[in-house]
Amino acid sequence: MQTYPKKRIDIMVEAPLMKRVLTLLDQQGVTGYTVLPALAGRGIDGSWHRDGLVGRVGSVVQIFCILDEARVDAVIEPLFDLVSRQIGIVTISDVQVIRKDHF
Amino acid sequence: MTSFLDLAAANLLSPMVLFFLLGALATIAKSDLSIPEAIAKGMSLYLMLSIGFKGGASVAAHGIDGLLIASLIAGVILSAVMPLIAFKLLTASTRLPRVDAAAVAAHYGSISIVTFLAAIQTLDGAGISYEGHMVAVAAAMETPAIMVALWLAHSGRQMAGTVGGPSGGQGSGMDRSVLHDVLLNGSIVVLVGAFAIGCITGANGLKSIAPFIVDPFKGILCLFLLDMGVIAGRGMAEGRKHLTPPALLFGLYMPLIGATLGALAAMTIGLSLGGTALLITLCASSSYIAVPAALRLALPDARPSIYLPLSLGVTFPFNLTIGIPLYLALAAYIH
Repeated sequence: MQTYPKKRIDIMVEAPLMKRVLTLLDQQGVTGYTVLPALAGRGIDGSWHRDGLVGRVGSVVQIFCILDEARVDAVIEPLFDLVSRQIGIVTISDVQVIRKDHF
Repeated sequence: MTSFLDLAAANLLSPMVLFFLLGALATIAKSDLSIPEAIAKGMSLYLMLSIGFKGGASVAAHGIDGLLIASLIAGVILSAVMPLIAFKLLTASTRLPRVDAAAVAAHYGSISIVTFLAAIQTLDGAGISYEGHMVAVAAAMETPAIMVALWLAHSGRQMAGTVGGPSGGQGSGMDRSVLHDVLLNGSIVVLVGAFAIGCITGANGLKSIAPFIVDPFKGILCLFLLDMGVIAGRGMAEGRKHLTPPALLFGLYMPLIGATLGALAAMTIGLSLGGTALLITLCASSSYIAVPAALRLALPDARPSIYLPLSLGVTFPFNLTIGIPLYLALAAYIH
């Protein structure tokens, strides 16, 4: 099967920031993204667990999107400005897609 | 003194406090007890709706008067003043950086609606009436503390010449989107909205939905406090790692300072015994839902590992177990 190389950006970020990240992705013309809840974890800022939380602080969400490599820098730079002082991590990885026109 | 000890004993042995302790002890013992997030949020919305509606119905019965306006003004002033006091105490007694001290101060100027609910339950149990508009006062006290604390944090940054943080990036300061999130926080919308609906529909409205919002209230509050116990247990564990003794002490004496200010304000405006106890409780409580969410956006450099365990793992358990009977005894003393 023919596949095409693309870039996947994964953004693990504290839940209160989710809306701002999604707005930024919209502004940057990212055609699609998915948000997943994360159950629990630990990082340099300590551990967290989603269960039982009433507010959004203390939980983390994962946002991922797939882009053409040529557009990665245009998204990553404002994204870095937004999330660099928040709790979370951003990774970029190589992926193969089947329908190249979707990204 | 005997009266206070009786109150304290009754409070400590009430189902809501015992369920809270159960949750905290289960977490400390590393039990896998947990309440799913969706259920916790659903219970929170139910409690806001119930307490807001009952408060609104009470205002409908008694009418809007000068005391309501005076209470709202007092609440807003107290919420703005308490962070200034808290900030001074924190910078004098702890080695917390300015931004962390400002963040903690915001929590202690704002309020804990769950502590407020527990105080109402104690008053109901003791057969003490209170002004229904105290629900609106609670809502009004959420935001001013956040504004003052951000001013404290950012005035320090301006002095240091680092406005906007080291990255100069977005995501800091009280911009429109943060203000929007604070003012239209889901819990506040339900609380204030239910209060307004209670005002409009009055006693008839309350009667028509009483089987939903009155009868199950105590049981759901117990389940919610079991969850809060679990969360507080986690907060205590985190607090042991991150909080210094002066910061821990602050979590115990700041509620008493807030309580004193609340008592003075209640005496000045002439609240009833129940209303006085509730204003004292509001001033003694510290936020752990609305304020942390706002600060993660407006003050990302402040460490949640400081302000959350302090508010949730130290002050909330103190208020729930010892504080509320103490505040009720204080209210009774000045009446």
